[in-house]
Amino acid sequence: MNYKQKVGCNIENLKGVRDFIRNALKNHGVSELQISEMVLALDEMCSNLMIHSHQCNPNELFEIHIIFRKGEPVIFEIIDDGSTFDINQFSEPELDNLVSAKRKGGLGIRLVKSIMDKIEYDNRGGRNVCRLTKNIDHN
Amino acid sequence: MIHIKRLQEDGADIIALIGEIDASSSIELDLAIAKSVEEGFSKILVDCNSLEYISSAGLGVFMSYIEEFKDQNIKMVLYGMNDRVSNTFEILGLNELLTIAKDKEQAKRLVDEL
Repeated sequence: MNYKQKVGCNIENLKGVRDFIRNALKNHGVSELQISEMVLALDEMCSNLMIHSHQCNPNELFEIHIIFRKGEPVIFEIIDDGSTFDINQFSEPELDNLVSAKRKGGLGIRLVKSIMDKIEYDNRGGRNVCRLTKNIDHN
Repeated sequence: MIHIKRLQEDGADIIALIGEIDASSSIELDLAIAKSVEEGFSKILVDCNSLEYISSAGLGVFMSYIEEFKDQNIKMVLYGMNDRVSNTFEILGLNELLTIAKDKEQAKRLVDEL
């Protein structure tokens, strides 16, 4: 099964992103905990994209695709015309440093890297594609 | 969307979080904690029984107060998290940096022991 959703770059739309991911995955026998982790990772990726690449301009859109095949890892694609930020190239500060600096940010990328098994970037027809792969337990 | 209620019990300020905290709503959490500090509470309990979701924006708010609370001798205990929410804290190891209790009773005991 493939699922697609267009999203405007307004952080008020994050709730809709989470509902889209949850609804797409809920009828495939994926555990509730794994669904909630994937929902979280996509929320983090989308909020970063909205805030840092699109300055929260609600008229700028990107797409989320979910590719679900029984017995295979779940693949999420975030397809966007904005500037790419490769989180693989980003080395997150240590948690202790964030705490002592009283920083609020810096946790999102760490969450995505912890949750997802693979994060890849590609260019397809002039658009940036970020592909996130998650190995799941199929029931 | 997050709805935040505050009430006081045995000298502690209880901040109840109802709904979801993400990048669009984490400011509400920040304001509620700041208000509690401003009003001079040194025991803050965060009721997570009705917290359905938290993203890094909300985790970051809690994290940003750790040092300040240490300096000012303010005790904070979070309690009543569901499995999904507590898993989010555990992925990053924030459960090691914050005090998290099972329920209100345990939270009250821990806030006095800290």
